[in-house]
Amino acid sequence: MHDVLKVNMMANIHDENDHIASHTNEDLTDQHIYVINVMGAPGVGKTTTLKNIIKNLQGLKPYVIEGDIESDIDTRDLRSLGIDTFQINTFGACHLDAPMIHNQVQNIKFDEKGVLFIENIGNLVCPAEFSIGEHCKMLISTVTEGSDKPYKYPLAFEKADAILLNKVDLLPYLDFDEDFYMKGVRALNKEVPVFKVSGKTGEGFAEVAAWIQERAQEEKTAHHHHHGVENDHHHHHDHDTAHNHD
Amino acid sequence: MHEFPITQQIIKLAEKHATELCASRIKSIKLVVGDYCGFVGDSIQMYFDVISEGTLCEGATIEIEHVKPKMKCTGCGTLFEREFLSFACPKCGADGEPTEIGKEFYIESIEIER
Repeated sequence: MHDVLKVNMMANIHDENDHIASHTNEDLTDQHIYVINVMGAPGVGKTTTLKNIIKNLQGLKPYVIEGDIESDIDTRDLRSLGIDTFQINTFGACHLDAPMIHNQVQNIKFDEKGVLFIENIGNLVCPAEFSIGEHCKMLISTVTEGSDKPYKYPLAFEKADAILLNKVDLLPYLDFDEDFYMKGVRALNKEVPVFKVSGKTGEGFAEVAAWIQERAQEEKTAHHHHHGVENDHHHHHDHDTAHNHD
Repeated sequence: MHEFPITQQIIKLAEKHATELCASRIKSIKLVVGDYCGFVGDSIQMYFDVISEGTLCEGATIEIEHVKPKMKCTGCGTLFEREFLSFACPKCGADGEPTEIGKEFYIESIEIER
């Protein structure tokens, strides 16, 4: 007879990903690189937003990692503007994860202090679940997607450290209900700054760039404070709540 | 697609644990999966059956406990499952705030043979 035994494990499946993410975060913090995980649905203007932020960024060198399922159109576009840009193709995978970024970062020479923008795969669901070593998650949302998005994709809005509401130049032509949108955002995320921007007119990006500069400065003066990674460790300690759900 | 690397991770974790306990085989794996963690149980089992071949996990069954996300009312403190397009508390109408309930993703236990 075999001896059958039930063993409690309580092992978080994201642990290894989070461990690698915190390693990347420490490594880049030491090199004075502030890391921003840029998330948003396809077509919200993630690459255009990066160009606009970078135009306004002062005293920090921009670096970009472009995550795409396939193609390197955005990478060529950014390189043509003289921005140090690196491509990751996931060939089907719907989000970037910590090992992908860790491997890519090993190949980048950060010759000056600056900001590393990591443009995640266009997707409003999965990227919010995976820490990739960022200091800050930046969500690009648009008035064209509709004001119900916080209610339909709550996790992305809950996890965001900054939200850009893009394409506001189109507001006169749309039925976007800003009060309903903001009510949803505030229920999920009391403190998050929401910047109204337009990739078309360029409005709002000076404020975003100033906010990033301030945050990068704070990160440098408080080395031990790795916000994004701390956030993702919360759910390791939630086993008790998990059992009380009924 | 995105269940593939996660399933590899589940097998790796379960095997490591079972090996430490000198198990000859893993009979079952119990997962706790919050609905907000974005993983589909059927897809995990499908990848599992393929990837687990030749490991201690081969032939094991995966049992999944699903957890519905809950918000906590900022007015009266009630934990509740929200309605579509609303965060309002069904008791007092105040908005709820997010909790960690519904974001679980861990291996609770395994059954092993020795």
